[in-house]
Amino acid sequence: MEQGIGTNEMLRAGAMLTADGLCKTFKLSKKQQKLEKTTEKKKTAVDHLSFSAYRGEVFGLLGPNGAGKTTTLRMLATLIRPDEGDAVIEGSSIIADPNGVRSKIAFLTSELKLEEFFTPDYLFDFFSELHNVAPGERNERKRRLFDRFGVSDFAGVKVANLSTGMKQKVSLVISMVHDPQMIIFDEPTNGLDVITARVVTDFLQELKGEGRTIIVSTHIFSLIEKICDRVGIIINGKMAVCDTLKSLTAEKSLEDKFFEIYGEMAGELS
Amino acid sequence: MSGMIMTIMKKEFARFFGDKRMVFTTVLLPGLMIYIMYSFMGSAITDQFTSAEDHVYAIHTVNLPDSLSALKSHESVALTEESAESVEALKEEIEAQETELLVIFPENFDAEVAAYDSLTAQTAAPAVEIYYNSVFTESGEAYSMVSQMLEQYEASLANKFDVNADAEKRFDLATERDMTGQFFSMMLPMLLMSFLFSACVAIAPESIAGEKERGTIATLLVTPIKRSELALGKILSLSAIGLLGGVSSFLGTMLAIPKMMGGVADGGMNAAVYSGTDYLMTLLVILSTVLLIIGVISILSGMAKSVKEAGTWATPLMIIVMVVGITSMFGDGAPSEPYLYLIPFYNSVQCLNGIFSFSAVPVNLAITVGCNVVYTLVMAAVLAKIFDSEKIMYI
Repeated sequence: MEQGIGTNEMLRAGAMLTADGLCKTFKLSKKQQKLEKTTEKKKTAVDHLSFSAYRGEVFGLLGPNGAGKTTTLRMLATLIRPDEGDAVIEGSSIIADPNGVRSKIAFLTSELKLEEFFTPDYLFDFFSELHNVAPGERNERKRRLFDRFGVSDFAGVKVANLSTGMKQKVSLVISMVHDPQMIIFDEPTNGLDVITARVVTDFLQELKGEGRTIIVSTHIFSLIEKICDRVGIIINGKMAVCDTLKSLTAEKSLEDKFFEIYGEMAGELS
Repeated sequence: MSGMIMTIMKKEFARFFGDKRMVFTTVLLPGLMIYIMYSFMGSAITDQFTSAEDHVYAIHTVNLPDSLSALKSHESVALTEESAESVEALKEEIEAQETELLVIFPENFDAEVAAYDSLTAQTAAPAVEIYYNSVFTESGEAYSMVSQMLEQYEASLANKFDVNADAEKRFDLATERDMTGQFFSMMLPMLLMSFLFSACVAIAPESIAGEKERGTIATLLVTPIKRSELALGKILSLSAIGLLGGVSSFLGTMLAIPKMMGGVADGGMNAAVYSGTDYLMTLLVILSTVLLIIGVISILSGMAKSVKEAGTWATPLMIIVMVVGITSMFGDGAPSEPYLYLIPFYNSVQCLNGIFSFSAVPVNLAITVGCNVVYTLVMAAVLAKIFDSEKIMYI
């Protein structure tokens, strides 16, 4: 069932990201062991996961809670290191050149916050400096992105005083300070109202239209159906299926397909 | 200095100085509080142990002899001669702090004193009884005055020689400089260390454990900034802010101690006895110590899950620093052995001890500052490792 990728596929033209055999295990504390109802001291969160993402596509990692989606994205964003395997993003390895990866990606998740004391204007300049963006380029990009997301009127307001929707927009804007070609987005619409969720999905499609590569993780079928070109279904840390959305949904809906695969995997696991 | 370190420092300064309340509570308030508190303590001590200058002491006597009748005409004494029957009632009044002093002379005191020869006497010397209440300031003062007067009278009866009788002459040859040096070198190192530590604890956990707790440090960690640059940027900016808090407390202390000591000593304390070089050396030691303290607290904050936990971890360290601070109160000044100045915190305390007692040794000062800077760089490297550790930062 697992459809990993081989070296040849990794080298396929246009591959912006190639993940090869990513593994991650976590030690379980006694408390976690009780919660997970297990006596195992280690939990395998991601188990030899391989996939590729190509220029100008939206790749969706679909899976239930605890499947290993967030861990995978954290490894790609170099916040945590894989125990085994590697991933190469635009020529930079997450193991050998994490700083190179960091300068090429935008990583968005609800866990990464902006300092609420500062204004969007200050934060844009600050993160631009961290990404070595020249002041002229920064100002032009700031104006364009602030206008695009309606942040201009709130540029001088502390993040603490912004609405949840505006905070999310500011996070999107700040993540784009260095004009990254790859955007990694963990649960992009989680906790957002319908209007902000629409802003986010529209923006992701706009980025795709600009030829950027987007990787999202979600458990929402409709989001995958709306924005993704290809889908990887993760169950218990393993890649169950990795295919285009079109072929996955050729015979039945994505939801039905997912539960068919999930049923087969659960059978394998039991 | 790398541009990234500067970027982090600018951000930390913008965060701190942009928050007026934080600037007030961390920088201005400690110095102001210390100044007000010590000055208040000084004036409270003065009020507690001295009565008003024009106070007239209420003194009761029984059998006041002629030889001491001068007491009657003393300008600050209201003297009442009492009968032997009223003694018990007067004692109760003194106990109740209603009157101040009762002096009981034996009958025929002058004759008994004249007849008494300490070399040949078979009986006890004539005894004078003075009843007073030591808790009642005026009563205590009246007791001192009368007993001193009686001792002088006794001494005058068989005067062979006097010791330091000339009240106009200065016999204690200690200078203001010596007295200030002795007191400041005992007290200030301990006080300074605790002020510096408090200032650093007020800012470092918030900046490191706080950012971790709020999820804002992870946002920095997905940018291409090197972990070592982030660590150094944090340590340097927090040290500069900690230094401001420490210097504020130091100034408050220097200005208030002469006021406080004015209450218990005859002046004699003056922070102006120290030269510009002394203050410069103090600043150098303070600066290197702040770097070290910020380094240690930053590591604790990096390891802690929350600001609260970082504060809890810093408490035992604070006790250690205070205990080390007390070492300046014992021994015979700062030790001269250079190797002792390799010991963190102890080196700072003893250097300050040396500076305040005018016996600073430049080599030891250089070792202290140099060591503290090296230790801070090691701490920065450890902090960088912590920032790079997924186990500490995210789990």
